[in-house]
Amino acid sequence: MSITEIDPLETPAPAPATAGPKPIKPKAEPFVSTTNACKLCKPLGATLVFKGIEGGVPFLHGSQGCATYMRRYIISHFREPMDIASSSLGEKQAIYGGAANLKKGLLTVMDKYGAGLIGVATTCLTETIGDDVPGALLEFRREFADLELAPVVNVSTPSYSGSHMEGFTAAVRAVADQLVRTGLKTDAVNCFPGFVSCEDLRHLKDVFAAFELPVTLLPDYSETLDGPALEDYEKITSGGTPVKALEAMGGAPASFEFGATLPPPGEAGTAGGLLAARHGVPLHRMGLPIGLRESDAFFQALETVSCRPTPRRHALERGRLLDAFVDGHKYVAQKRCVLYGEEDLLVGLTSFMAEIGVIPVLVAGGGRSGRLKDAVHAACEGLVPEMPEVAEGVDFYDIADKARELAPDLFLGHSKGYRLARELNVPLIRVGFPIHDRFGGHRTRHLCYQGALDLLDRVVNAMIEKKQTDSDIGYGYI
Amino acid sequence: MSELIFEERADQIHVKGEGPFKLACNRESLAGAVSQRACVFCGSRVVLYPIADALHLVHGPIGCAAYTWDIRGALSSGPELHRLSFSTDLQETDVIFGGEKKLEAALLELIDRHAPKAAFVYSTCIVGIIGDDLQAVCKKVSAAKGIPVIPVQSEGFKGNKREGYLAACKAMFTLMGTGDTSDIGPLSLNILGDFNLAGEIWIIRDYFRRMGIETVANITGDGRVGDIARAHGAALNVVQCSGSTMDLAKMMKEKFGIPFVKVSYFGIEDMAEALYTVARFFKDKDPNMLERTQELVREELAVLYPRLQELRRDLEGKKAAIYVGGAFKAFSLIKAFRHLGMSVVIAGSQTGTEEDYEELAQICDPGTIIVDDANPLELSAFLKEKDVDIFVGGVKERPIAYKLGVGFCDHNHERKEALEGFVGMVNFALEVHRTVMSPVWRFVPRRAGNRPDASLACGSVEERS
Repeated sequence: MSITEIDPLETPAPAPATAGPKPIKPKAEPFVSTTNACKLCKPLGATLVFKGIEGGVPFLHGSQGCATYMRRYIISHFREPMDIASSSLGEKQAIYGGAANLKKGLLTVMDKYGAGLIGVATTCLTETIGDDVPGALLEFRREFADLELAPVVNVSTPSYSGSHMEGFTAAVRAVADQLVRTGLKTDAVNCFPGFVSCEDLRHLKDVFAAFELPVTLLPDYSETLDGPALEDYEKITSGGTPVKALEAMGGAPASFEFGATLPPPGEAGTAGGLLAARHGVPLHRMGLPIGLRESDAFFQALETVSCRPTPRRHALERGRLLDAFVDGHKYVAQKRCVLYGEEDLLVGLTSFMAEIGVIPVLVAGGGRSGRLKDAVHAACEGLVPEMPEVAEGVDFYDIADKARELAPDLFLGHSKGYRLARELNVPLIRVGFPIHDRFGGHRTRHLCYQGALDLLDRVVNAMIEKKQTDSDIGYGYI
Repeated sequence: MSELIFEERADQIHVKGEGPFKLACNRESLAGAVSQRACVFCGSRVVLYPIADALHLVHGPIGCAAYTWDIRGALSSGPELHRLSFSTDLQETDVIFGGEKKLEAALLELIDRHAPKAAFVYSTCIVGIIGDDLQAVCKKVSAAKGIPVIPVQSEGFKGNKREGYLAACKAMFTLMGTGDTSDIGPLSLNILGDFNLAGEIWIIRDYFRRMGIETVANITGDGRVGDIARAHGAALNVVQCSGSTMDLAKMMKEKFGIPFVKVSYFGIEDMAEALYTVARFFKDKDPNMLERTQELVREELAVLYPRLQELRRDLEGKKAAIYVGGAFKAFSLIKAFRHLGMSVVIAGSQTGTEEDYEELAQICDPGTIIVDDANPLELSAFLKEKDVDIFVGGVKERPIAYKLGVGFCDHNHERKEALEGFVGMVNFALEVHRTVMSPVWRFVPRRAGNRPDASLACGSVEERS
């Protein structure tokens, strides 16, 4: 738990190293292949960010398959339309360059979809053939200067460097970099929530509203990727943060940025860092508000920025959460948990599990930020008998290997751990993305006191159910 | 027909009866149009993936492997190596210095770890660009490990799914002719173009068994490398998903002289006709074959028919739309819907050929919209215009239907219900019934009328009572 208020003029100090970590056992052999990845590719993260802007159409500059694969992957989780345009490059363009297709595609999307913004993300193909996207976009603006063109944001997301989370962070930063105009003032604070669920985004907006803080969320796909039943198919789903609000982010009174493993908050790192450095917006950088302490940190920051005490409703939520911690503690005490998934989410979830007395024995992610271990250890400090193993850059082959040794009682992660959980006959609490084998994954709440309470109920009930199922008697009163 | 959405695509849409039939197809997707299509890699992965005792290594950055990890319902009766997702997870340095070393090391370690019967190495976009010599690496590893290691030339940008099918067929063909065929009898066949979704190939194999015919190789559902290696010993190739495996059938005919027949296992007539086609082929070798087949069809229909009639009572007169990967499947679906008393008013595919669409146009009713390589805007406009009750498609089409308040049936590789065979027709009818007859459509805005929420809220209590 930590809140960092960054003075835009000062370089932040590196995070302190924590003592006493148990060294991760080196792999028996230096494996080079990946089996069942615990990450997705960089452009996917970028498409989600662009989907969270009002009128936004994600556009992948590459071959048709990338857009189609990511669409079907995202649709399976959200169960909502996810139109991703593509420059549909073929062999000819792969050789001679894709700029013409890119321009044509942009015109098509503006014309037929009436896009309010197009977010162009590159793929491994266009990065490798060396397409100059910013250059092509300049040309595009010149060539069609007589037309009213929608804004275009571009981000470089070569899928051979980094995971979908790096793509997500880079796209958020690209919006802050390319869309924000200087000289605009706004009452709205900025919030960069990271890759959280639609329900989380809605809850965050409620929390900011309770503090009477207008907020510009980037991204906000809470409606675009979880819309109501309507009379018609919307070309572009309603909702998302208005471009106008994004343009004014540089004049905001403060930025909140969630993520314990984000790059250092300099201009080159994240949106929050960029706005601090370039526009002087004070940055409140903290972990995802998952569990008691991280939520406390968030609410404390909200009190600071809004100059108001936490509203009674949320104070009561905090009280109920603590009450539930006590009521539920014995069901979960000393249970051993394996956590896997995206790094920022992992840190939050680990922090929460440690708080309720569950012992995280393995915290594993497919990303390679280099910051996961310190953040996990900081979250566990003083709460667990022994620091969990922390593994970066692993796949499910590695996770399975370690998990079999560690004999956990519980898994916490997305759907991709199902086969392993089934093999080890332990419950899997589904959190994060993707949730492909349960209904309503995008409505899962993880954030703030209310999210912690939801998670707690699910963890406790999973343990109760396991006890019932495993028992010969079949206790109906536990 | 409603106003065209993409003028450039005007000749890829046709309404039956409006002028002579002509449909442009096999063309690159329009940039920016959000095509429902995939890529070459996808095509080859679809075809080869169900070979369960082979290693399927995707050479490229992580996405291509991650998005295809165990998403399909292709079942295996034994090994399940195909359900794992292997990738070389190329990094920046590999892109700069070449990925051959990493590929070789990955192959060696994965072959040691899993002892597969063969390995398929899929080339992705980036590999085509950086120019890794897949052939050379595969040859080297094959020699070192003593199993076939087969490169699949499936660079995503080199066309659409169809080129991927061809790449897969070429890859499989390299295995053929290498196995022992001495114990294969004269009444034998290979099943081509069936992927054993939800165990469908087991249903079909059982029909052939009841007819007295041995199935040599399943290509590729529940597939085995060893079976494919001896597939050239079979007397006949029965090709279902012709788009994906017709090339292989042709290659086998040319090299091994094996004749092929084109069939479909969906619906009543097509399933029965598939069995009769095979029976007719073998009738000279076994004079009782036709009789046994008739008996089989009779038995199955006796069970199936009454159940269909029951469901038909509710479904009579409803309208369906079809948008599938290959056009051939659409033919069977149209016939299947007719058995339910339903009409098909939209029929389209991602990768149909000229011949496919001509055949499609012939069996469609006048007024049916026929479309090649559609996108969400067109599909949603068509669904509204024709006011359909059910849409048949895959994952990407589902939200289009649901957002419009229209029922949906999954008929793609991700489904977990068997829709082939006579029993599959019942499953299909049940699924159609479940969605079309659901009460939920009565409440969705498009069906309920734009009932203002205000009438449910304040001040209207007296009015309502």
